[in-house]
Amino acid sequence: MLGFVLWGVLAEGLFGVVAVAGRRVTSIGTVIYGGCLAVSLSVALTAVLFLVQGGAPANDALILPIGLPWLHAHFRLDVLSAFFLFVVGLGGAAVSLFALGHSRHPNKHYPDPTRILPFYPLFLAAMTLVLVADDAFVFLFSWEFMSLSSWLLVLANHREKGNADAAFIYLVMAGIGTVALLFAFGLLAGVEGHYAFSAMRGAPHTVALATAVLLLALIGAGGKAGIVPLHIWLPLAHPSAPSWVSALMSGVMTKVAVYGFIRLTFDLVGPGQWWWGGLVMAIGGVTAVMGVLKALMQHDLKRLLAYHTVENIGIIFIALGLALAFGANHRPALAALALTAALLHVFNHSVFKSLLFIGSGAVLWATGNRNMERQGGLIHRMPGTALAFLLGSAAISALPPLNGFVSEWLLLQGLLFGPQLPQWPMKMEIPIVAAMLALSAALAATCFVKAFGIVFLGRPRTPEAAQAPETDRYSLTAMFFLAGLCVLVGILPAPILDLIEPAVRLLSGETMAGAEGTNWLWLVPVDAARSSYSGLAMLVLTALAAVTLSLLIRRYLSHGVRRSAAWDCGFPDDSPSSQYTASSFAQPIRRVFGTALLAAREEVTMPEPGDTSPARFEVRLTDYAWNWFYRPPGRLVLSLAEWTSVMQRQSIRRYLGFMFATLIILLMVGMSWN
Amino acid sequence: MEFSDPKVQLQIAYLLGGSMVVVNFALLYQSRMSSVINAFAIHATILGLAVAWQANVQNAPNLYITAAIALVFKALALPAALHYVVRKLNVHRTVEMVFGTGLTMMAGVALVGLAVMIMQPVTQHSGALVTIDLIFAMAVLFLGVLMMITRRNAVTQVIGFMAMENGLILAAVGVHGMPLVVEISVALAVLVAFIVFGLFLFRIRERFYSLDVRYLDPDSRIPQ
Repeated sequence: MLGFVLWGVLAEGLFGVVAVAGRRVTSIGTVIYGGCLAVSLSVALTAVLFLVQGGAPANDALILPIGLPWLHAHFRLDVLSAFFLFVVGLGGAAVSLFALGHSRHPNKHYPDPTRILPFYPLFLAAMTLVLVADDAFVFLFSWEFMSLSSWLLVLANHREKGNADAAFIYLVMAGIGTVALLFAFGLLAGVEGHYAFSAMRGAPHTVALATAVLLLALIGAGGKAGIVPLHIWLPLAHPSAPSWVSALMSGVMTKVAVYGFIRLTFDLVGPGQWWWGGLVMAIGGVTAVMGVLKALMQHDLKRLLAYHTVENIGIIFIALGLALAFGANHRPALAALALTAALLHVFNHSVFKSLLFIGSGAVLWATGNRNMERQGGLIHRMPGTALAFLLGSAAISALPPLNGFVSEWLLLQGLLFGPQLPQWPMKMEIPIVAAMLALSAALAATCFVKAFGIVFLGRPRTPEAAQAPETDRYSLTAMFFLAGLCVLVGILPAPILDLIEPAVRLLSGETMAGAEGTNWLWLVPVDAARSSYSGLAMLVLTALAAVTLSLLIRRYLSHGVRRSAAWDCGFPDDSPSSQYTASSFAQPIRRVFGTALLAAREEVTMPEPGDTSPARFEVRLTDYAWNWFYRPPGRLVLSLAEWTSVMQRQSIRRYLGFMFATLIILLMVGMSWN
Repeated sequence: MEFSDPKVQLQIAYLLGGSMVVVNFALLYQSRMSSVINAFAIHATILGLAVAWQANVQNAPNLYITAAIALVFKALALPAALHYVVRKLNVHRTVEMVFGTGLTMMAGVALVGLAVMIMQPVTQHSGALVTIDLIFAMAVLFLGVLMMITRRNAVTQVIGFMAMENGLILAAVGVHGMPLVVEISVALAVLVAFIVFGLFLFRIRERFYSLDVRYLDPDSRIPQ
């Protein structure tokens, strides 16, 4: 099975070459995206087959004589990488289908396809390769390859304002992350330099070394996933890429980063300290709240979605932190619960975030604008897209009976067991993190009311929005495939939990109580007496309640004839600009949280009476992450450069003097060393 | 005195190597250009003698070629050429120093001490000749660099550079079995350096009507 996956990677690599060779052929896009669709689908199916067999051949490993001559490349497929392969394959397949549809009718808002086609299959191949890597060299190589290919894809639209800057920041942050991972693997490899994962896994690690690896993994893998304060590149780079690439980056690549974190901290380092869990949870909580708050303030649809990725990564990290804390306290069943929540959310987020990003791609294609304030009323012009986007929005807002609710509910169940941890700091932290999780879920719902309402409801704000065409059948199929998954997994999560269960057992040594496949309808995380959930029952009850309520209202409440002043549906003015805007919708939240957390400043400039200039309203937001974590080092580097630049403008004699002094100092150091 | 006595041989090698260091201090001390060049000629002569003595002691006739190169080329031809350059270009006849003579000499003494401290532990297990020879060579090397960085005039820098080269050759002959190829390459390196520095001098002269390397500084405040 591993061989099959590697053939898939090779095929995707070849597609990259084909895309370059056949760049003048008109239907090359169909070939490439169709090929990627086929390969991704088969990779996902392979992973499912592997998992359904329970990962019975526990070590599906290969050693190939490629790479560095003295260091063979190790590959291995285990249940954890198989689950993530499933996520990557599924996301890749749906996104490739959308791209297939869109490549058939490019319009002027799209970048030159020759800048996307060669790198798209390579990006998919690199992500797949990260998941099956079994030594540090292959892992880092594919990781960097993933960063670079996605960087080139971000640059596809390089002429658009801001994209080059976004790509540059992305490249710098990716470089920092890879260096951190390099050090992490170096520490794990030890002085003998055993770069194979199997050697690292068995070796004993001191607490200090293991902690250093955790911190480096947080910087390297966490930064790639988008935890605060390393998230700054994400809302810049993800929206700048073409929409289907944004979907891959947000929906799939961040999951590969989560995989890297899990592989390092849960698998390679071995048992952890309880406070690691506290640290990871705290970072997750802050990430979730800051991500969703920043998302609420955006009026660029794709950037809003990118900030939501930050939020969901925060949720996943809360779950991972909880699993670390339970695992360190020898509560494997509860660790399994938290891990199940984390992995289920990984799957869910990849589904609905890919859906939302390709939905926003359809909107961008139709209206040529990412700004929400220039959309409106699209539900009439694009009903299919609107329905799929609505389902995705409801799922990401964690509304039952959709899939987002299941994973967040499981996570909250896990957090309710927090007081069972013996450490007092954890007992105090967990309720706070739970509150942050609840807050971020509520704010996410607010945010998607805004996103869906402003873009799809109301009246068109611009002529482009009024003329927007519905997107093509392929793209709609992709969207409805993902939306269907959102509903299906929400109602019947058991099959997905069956796929997650082997990985959870591998990492925590235990399995979640309700995930044994005996109970398809009811989800019982710990104990039936304590809590249980059934998506299907929820759906039936909600539907029943809604139907009954509407019948009752129709029967009893709307019969009587009433006389009142004509209500003009809230539009006393004829202009569409009198509608709610994205900014006005977010204003209450901005007033409550924005001043403290985002340093939001609202400025109203009213012209004097008699002055004909327009009144202006401006909102300024500050990201504290920039002010605290990036500006000071930047200033330090600049002042150091200023200081050393004095040395660059000297005479030959002084240069010789510098060299001589260096030599003398080194000799003296060497002498005292002996 | 019996020249075939190993002790005497060793003493003579020490004497010659030590004299090179002493002449190097003399190089640092000179304040007139012509006497600097003369001191360098003495430096090269002693080098030639030291190499010849090693050729005799080690029974390595090929070293006589090196000695000849040092005597003819470095002790006669190069000083003559430098005298010509100084006369021809009307170079300022006093040596412009960055620090005072006393300070430079003290730094030189410290560097000789450093050379001893570095070389002694490294060459513990080699013969006494190797140890002392390498100490002298290292000291000559250091003093050459010191000369280069404490003199403003380009000609004196060239001389510092070549004194440094002399140190290298002294180190090379102290070790048994140094092949001739390397010797010639070192000599050629000096030659190349001479050409480069010669061109360099003419270029500065053309550009600034002076040989003061301060004119090459981007931030130079010297009126041109």
